[in-house]
Amino acid sequence: MKNTFAIAWKELKIYFTTPTAFVVGAMFLIYAGITFVLSITGRNPEASVRSFILPASTFFILISPLLTMRLLAEEQKLGTLELLLTSPVRDWEVVVGKYLASLVILIFTISLTLYYVVMLYVFGNPDSGPVLSAYLGLILYGAAALAVGLLASSLTANQIVAAVMGTGTLLVLSFIDLVGTRLEGTAADIVNSISMRTHFPDFTRGVVDTSHIVYFVSMIAVFLFLTIRSVETRRWR
Amino acid sequence: MIELDGVTKFFGNYPAITDITFRVEKGEAVGFLGPNGAGKSTTMKIITAFIPPTSGNCTVAGYNVVTHSLDVRRHIGYLPETVPLYTDMSVKDYLAFMGKIRGMSQQRIRARIPEVIETCRLQEYYNSYVSKLSKGFRQRVGIAQCILHEPDVLVLDEPTIGIDPIQVVETRNLIRGLGGDHTLIVSTHILPEVSMICERVVIIHEGQIVAVDKPENLATRLRGVERVEIDVRGPTKEVMATLKDVEGVQAVERKRTPAGEDFNTYEIETVRGSDLRPQLAAAVVKGGWNLVRLQSMGMSLEEIFLRLTTTEDQPAAVAPATTT
Repeated sequence: MKNTFAIAWKELKIYFTTPTAFVVGAMFLIYAGITFVLSITGRNPEASVRSFILPASTFFILISPLLTMRLLAEEQKLGTLELLLTSPVRDWEVVVGKYLASLVILIFTISLTLYYVVMLYVFGNPDSGPVLSAYLGLILYGAAALAVGLLASSLTANQIVAAVMGTGTLLVLSFIDLVGTRLEGTAADIVNSISMRTHFPDFTRGVVDTSHIVYFVSMIAVFLFLTIRSVETRRWR
Repeated sequence: MIELDGVTKFFGNYPAITDITFRVEKGEAVGFLGPNGAGKSTTMKIITAFIPPTSGNCTVAGYNVVTHSLDVRRHIGYLPETVPLYTDMSVKDYLAFMGKIRGMSQQRIRARIPEVIETCRLQEYYNSYVSKLSKGFRQRVGIAQCILHEPDVLVLDEPTIGIDPIQVVETRNLIRGLGGDHTLIVSTHILPEVSMICERVVIIHEGQIVAVDKPENLATRLRGVERVEIDVRGPTKEVMATLKDVEGVQAVERKRTPAGEDFNTYEIETVRGSDLRPQLAAAVVKGGWNLVRLQSMGMSLEEIFLRLTTTEDQPAAVAPATTT
C-alpha cells in the first residue's frame, strides 16, 4: 500500500508540475460555466445542479482518457516501466497508484464547481439531496471513465493512440443504448444495462439506486483488473 | 550470488538465448560481451526478474526469479539500456521516488541521496529537471538510482553507450569504483571496457555462451601460441635466421621498418606457455646487433572476440598474422 501511495503521489506531482491539471480544470470551468449560466437564466430558471452535471458527464467522456493517457503509455515509451517492474513493487500497486492519482485530479476538477452550489444556496433554495447525489453520480461516472482510459494507456506506448482508444470505448459504452432502441426483449435490456448513460441520469434526479452504484463500481473493478493483467503481459511480450 | 542454469528464452519461435549457464560470485565484477542482438539484454532482463525465462533456472541471492521475484528485485539495482528517467521530475524528486518504491525509509532516503549525488558527481544538477540534462548526466542519474538503495547486485546494460568520450572515461571509473562493494554485471559491446572494469568475461554470441574466463586467460587459451614483438637494428636476413634458430620459436615475420635500412620490427610466434624473451635477447646480443625493444604481445579482446564469434570458414579476417 505504501508503494501505491508513493506512485500516486509522484503522478499527482507531475499533474501539477506539467500544466495538465490546471488546463483540464480551466476548460471544465468554461464548459460547466456556460451550461450553468444557461440553466439559471432564461424563462424557467432552475435552482439545481442537474443542468450542468448532466452535460458535464459528456465532458468527462472526452477528457478522462486525456488525463490517463500518459500514466502507463509514457512509462512504456520512456522505458521506466521496466524500472518499476524490476523494483519490489507489485503490478497492482503500480496500476492502483496511478488510478488514484487520476481520481484525485478528477475530484479536484469537479470540486471547482462547488462555488456554483454556494451561489445556488445564496440566491435560491435548492434541494440538498439531488445536489449530493448528482455530485456522487458525476464522480462515479468520471471514475469509471478513468478506469477505461487507464486500460487504454496500458495497451500502447503511444499516448495519442491511448487517448483515442479510451474516448472511443467510452463513446460506445455511453451511447450504446441508442442501439437498444432498435432491439427488442432481452437483447434490448442487455444493451441498455451496459450503457453508461442508462445509469447516470437517476443520480441527477436525486435517486441513488444501488444497482447504478454497483454498475459503476464493478465497471471500475473490471477495467482496473484488465489493466493489471495488461501490465503483467508486458513482461511476456 | 547469481546463478543461471540452462536458461533459455524464446520470443515466439525465435530463441533469443539458448542454454545460458554461468555463476557470478559475491563481489565479483563480470563483463557481458557480445555483438548487438546477441542476447545480452534478454539475459539481464531475466536476471532482474523483468521477464521470465522460457526454461531453465535463474537465482539471485538464493531467490528464484520466477517464484520469488519480489525478493530478487529487492537485491538488485538495474540500469536498463535506455536510461529510464521521468523527464518531468527533478533529479532530487526522481531519486526520492525511486527510494520510496524500493521500500527505503524516509530517513534513509534523506541520508543516501546526498551520498549518491556525490558519488555520481551530480551536485550542480540536484534540483534540475531531468529533461534539461545532457545524455551523460542522465546516465549518471541512472547509475545513481541504481546504487541508491545499496543493492547487493548491480546490473548495468551498456552503461557507456551514446555518451561523449570524456564522460565515458568518467562513467567507467565510476563503475569500477562500485565494483568492490557490489556484485556487478556489465554488458557492453565495447571490448576494452570489459578488461578495464571486469575480472571475468562472459562472451555471448547468437544467444549462446562461447567463452567464460578472465580477460588475460582468454587470450592464452585461444591462441595456442605466444607472440613476441622485437625491434632490432641489424641486417634483416641474418637477424631473421638467427631468431628462427632460437629453440621454441615457431615463426618469424618482418612486420615493418620503423626507421631506415636494417632496422626492423619482427613478430615472433613461440610455443604456448613459454617465455623466450631472455633467449631471444641473448641471441640478438650474441649476433652483435642492437636490441631496441622486446615485448610480449597479449591478444587483444577484439581479436578474441572476433575469433570466437566468427565462423571457421572465414579465418582470414580473424588472424592475419599467422604464418608458419
